[in-house]
Amino acid sequence: MEIYIALKVLWAVLLGVLLTGLAVMVGMDMGVGVLLRLVGKTDGERRTMLNIIGPHWDGNQVWFILGGGAIFAAFPTLYATSFSIFYVVMILLLFSMIMRPVAFEYRSKVDSTKWRDTWDWAFLISGALPMIVYGAAFGNVLEGVGYHYSWTGQYYQDESFLSYLLNPFAVMCGVMSLSLAVYQGGAMLMLRGEEPIYSRARTYARLGAVVAAVIFAVGGVWVSFMNGYVFTGTVDPGMAATPLGGPAVAAKAGAWLNNFHSYPILWLAPAIGFIGMIVGAVALQLHMKIVGWWLGVLSWIGTISTVGIAMFPFLMPSSSVPAESLTVWNSTGSAYNLGWMTFFAVVFVPAILSYTSWCFYVMRGKVKVADVVNNPHSY
Amino acid sequence: MPLIDPNVVDLSRLQFALTALYHFLFVPLTLGLTIMLAAMETVYVITGKQVYKDMTHFWGKLFGINFAIGVATGLTMEFEFGTNWSMYSHFVGDVFGTPLAIEGLMAFFMESTFVGLMFFGWDRLSKQAHLAVTYLVALGSNLSALWILVANGFMQNPQGASFDPNTMRMQFNDFAALVFSPDAQAKFVHTSIAGFVAGAMFVMGISAYYLLRGRHREFAARSFRMAALFGLISTLAVVTLGDALGRLDQQVQPTKIAAMEGIWHTTTPPAAPWLITALPNDATQSNSMEIGIPYVLTPLVTHTFDQPVLGLVDIEQANVPRVDNGIKALIALQQYGATHSAASLATFKQYENDMGYGFLAQRYAPNQDVNLITPALLPSVEQQAVLSSIPNVFVTFWSFRVMMALGFYFVTIFAFAAYYSLKNQLEKHPMLLKLCMWSIPLPVLATEFGWVTAEAGRQPWTVFGWLPTFQSASSHDVGYMIFSLAGFALLYSAFIAAELYLMFKFARLGPEDHGAAAHHAPANASIATPIFATPGYANKSWE
Repeated sequence: MEIYIALKVLWAVLLGVLLTGLAVMVGMDMGVGVLLRLVGKTDGERRTMLNIIGPHWDGNQVWFILGGGAIFAAFPTLYATSFSIFYVVMILLLFSMIMRPVAFEYRSKVDSTKWRDTWDWAFLISGALPMIVYGAAFGNVLEGVGYHYSWTGQYYQDESFLSYLLNPFAVMCGVMSLSLAVYQGGAMLMLRGEEPIYSRARTYARLGAVVAAVIFAVGGVWVSFMNGYVFTGTVDPGMAATPLGGPAVAAKAGAWLNNFHSYPILWLAPAIGFIGMIVGAVALQLHMKIVGWWLGVLSWIGTISTVGIAMFPFLMPSSSVPAESLTVWNSTGSAYNLGWMTFFAVVFVPAILSYTSWCFYVMRGKVKVADVVNNPHSY
Repeated sequence: MPLIDPNVVDLSRLQFALTALYHFLFVPLTLGLTIMLAAMETVYVITGKQVYKDMTHFWGKLFGINFAIGVATGLTMEFEFGTNWSMYSHFVGDVFGTPLAIEGLMAFFMESTFVGLMFFGWDRLSKQAHLAVTYLVALGSNLSALWILVANGFMQNPQGASFDPNTMRMQFNDFAALVFSPDAQAKFVHTSIAGFVAGAMFVMGISAYYLLRGRHREFAARSFRMAALFGLISTLAVVTLGDALGRLDQQVQPTKIAAMEGIWHTTTPPAAPWLITALPNDATQSNSMEIGIPYVLTPLVTHTFDQPVLGLVDIEQANVPRVDNGIKALIALQQYGATHSAASLATFKQYENDMGYGFLAQRYAPNQDVNLITPALLPSVEQQAVLSSIPNVFVTFWSFRVMMALGFYFVTIFAFAAYYSLKNQLEKHPMLLKLCMWSIPLPVLATEFGWVTAEAGRQPWTVFGWLPTFQSASSHDVGYMIFSLAGFALLYSAFIAAELYLMFKFARLGPEDHGAAAHHAPANASIATPIFATPGYANKSWE
């Protein structure tokens, strides 16, 4: 049993790692997509921007796919419930996500302004929308989502999808996520782009970092007043993974701060987030672009771990039937499955990080507009 | 518990089928072309001949156009289980999600990370390092297929997990049984190699187009020969493995085999005929217009002369006791969920293996509640449930036949193509070349029919014998489904139009011009552009 509890906690942490990897790598590419028309004024500049992330976007995007697969395996009921509950939003996310691979590969293959403009707009939509949805999903989950289960484990939805779309707190989280993506993407453009891309990207990246910091602060205050969720029944962390028949749960204003009050050291997480965003903006101001990029990573780590710590052990509380809330204790896979998943993660995550780094190393250096326009292999 | 609106189930099935079949328009070419690119580049690295480098570049470019949509539409697949099949995902996520996650970790990351270097790394990597990168892309794409088919194998023959009444789902308990499931392994090889056939036909067909027009002769002849030989070996392997798969299914999914062969009544070996053609009627459970060859079915399906092949009507009647047991299992399970009593658990355990048939009966129970089935109602519920326990025979029978006919056609065309290519007589046989060209889409079509055979033949289950399809879907509104279906239709139509446009454009332009055409020449670039005008060729900047 104790091993099972350890595995559950480990996979809650790995879920965070995965969501961070996704946010950093996919977010960076999304940020570049959003900035495509703002930073790139000529076709050559835009192509250069695309080629800066050109060799990497495909690999980066796998974080998103792996996110889907790993949540499916490690948190089956969470995957089943959340993806269905957020159906309309998830489908919009999918529609925008699937435009991207095609946009990269097809945009520059036809020499027509109309064709390329169309794909440029696809980049904007497919950059902005997924990041807003990504952040808004965190916002919605923090606020609790209306659902309950039948005895077979089938979920039933208790509120309309509009409450997820038109939800001020969630939209604010979405804007924060978009801002961080612009920060990360802008920093990448500074790393591998030359003037005038460099300066324009710097302006937007700094703006992204500052906006994110402001929203993070506002969000923190907001969360301290809104309803969090707490167990009121006896909790058995080693319980069988089912949302049915678990301990009682109550909604309570300010409850998301309980973990921080219990363990003040955890305030480090939001502090790291703030340092990432504010020092990051300063670093970019000082042209310290590598430091700036890594502080962007730190911003994501700080933000996502803040949300994770605030909610732990809740993953997606149910606002309509709180006792059926999905938590780390009741929605993971079996111990056997988590064991195998851990084995594969331990073997392959380091391998992935190494060969991804190697690819960035091979493709290092500035991407020049003239080279891109003359290279038969560029996007 | 009311069941999900049947319209929502149907629309969810339609959406899944369309998005999966659409995704698989692009997957076979990815599987086949990565292997062929690796082979071409190997020859280039060993011999140093420029033509093989040109081949790697040119077919690589067409591969890229195809790969992008494959990746894009694959995203849909990874998310659709959650967005549209929540009960399924909850029920088997613990064992079915795992191979999908491993696929991401082990295969897809590798394929996608290195594909970037494959396209962008030509002048940044040594010849050998670039070749290694191409190998990793090919390995990654085929390992991807392995894990996806391991997942699919579980749907076909659920081994490696057992049902846990405490969590109301199948729980993973045997890694080796899951991964080395004979169904999964045979299907993986069958599907991957079917992809090789598609890649070979693609390269051979486009090369034939150049040969017919007398363009890029050396390039086309070498590409053609490589593709013809690769295609011939691959088609033979596909047919052999298809046969092995059929034998396996006879043991684990007798309903599918019976539907594929249109067999309603258990056969009397060895004289039972193999049906070349028939019109199966699912309503009357009989065939009309049968034309068959006697003495072929028994050895073909069973590889013996004395084993009967079970007929669907007989399977249905044999399922009657399973429905009874399944109803008892479900009632006990529901009680166990509410009370956790040892008695209900013991009853459930007794009938556990027939639980899925209880789900089938639920559809025909009063208020869709199995507790309300009275002894008087039982016979009618039983009959309706067993009638729904077999797949649609017309669809399974014909999709199997189309796939198989195409398979034998491929053996023939690759045999002739390889023969004349080796004798250097291709240009004397323009009809064959034309046929090769027109056959480009056929292997992809055959794969699609293969999937229809496999998945329509699996019905009425999503997890064979355990969870019916109509129980598996998410409880959406019809409006949601119309919204997503309309969006997919719009987006996917635009994609295929763009894909075909680019594919035709670059195939017509041909190898020499591909570097220049992509980036300088207007869309109507003439194929007569002199070679020296192409920067890539003029200064060999890519080396």
